[in-house]
Amino acid sequence: MIEQDGADDELDRAFMALADPVRRRMIARLSRGPATVNELAEPFAITVQAVSKHIQVLEAAGLVTRSRDAQRRPVHLAPAALEQLTSWIDGYRLAHEHRFRSLDAVLQTEKEKEKKS
Amino acid sequence: MTNPVTITAPEGVPFIEIVREFDAPVAAVYNAYADPALVKQWLGPNGYDMQLEEYELRDGGRYRYVHVDPQGNEYAFNGVFHKARTDELIIQTFEWEGMPDFVSLETARFEDLGDGRSRVTGWSVFPSVEARDGMVENGMETGVVEGYERLDALLA
Repeated sequence: MIEQDGADDELDRAFMALADPVRRRMIARLSRGPATVNELAEPFAITVQAVSKHIQVLEAAGLVTRSRDAQRRPVHLAPAALEQLTSWIDGYRLAHEHRFRSLDAVLQTEKEKEKKS
Repeated sequence: MTNPVTITAPEGVPFIEIVREFDAPVAAVYNAYADPALVKQWLGPNGYDMQLEEYELRDGGRYRYVHVDPQGNEYAFNGVFHKARTDELIIQTFEWEGMPDFVSLETARFEDLGDGRSRVTGWSVFPSVEARDGMVENGMETGVVEGYERLDALLA
């Protein structure tokens, strides 16, 4: 069972797990549906063993789960663990949100400059 | 309160629409897209250095810029302005050099909403669904990285 500060540890593990670009791309792939280890390995120039290691890290962080189907063992995303980051589009949205807020700030500055002149 | 971003990325179609309104007249918003000194200030992720090497907003003009993250990694983008019509329309090609030859076609339409407000509607058409998804996943990386930065700020 999780102790008092267990939630913090879990968050730490999740962020540590996501610090790696390969694992982030795996999460991105899984946000569109479960996949087998071989399917997850496909876009990377690394061994299936290395991919399995990455999956173990994600599993330990509670970000993904593996079903019991022994033959295929597809990997699933554990949506609750990621919350804002799970959605395939959310990072893209966040990037644009930041960009447009910067544009808001530029427009505000220009407006003030105009008032002064 | 900030204006919401509406992003539509239909499944199975290599297309994305992004709509955003601004509390500024259309001439000011267009100018922020047209003046390189202003573009440099907003076209890039937070905390990244923005190197605007070339930016000539006119029919047939070119642009190239490089985002440098705090670790020194460079992300370069380039394209050509197909059409630029003041306060109305910008059509340009867009290529992330990390995924060369996957050039998307981007249209931005500028609309006056009255009362000093305006709307920009952006359309991106990618060469394939995979190319679009690659760009979105790249955006996801940025989002995750910025998520860390916010977490760092929170914990500092």
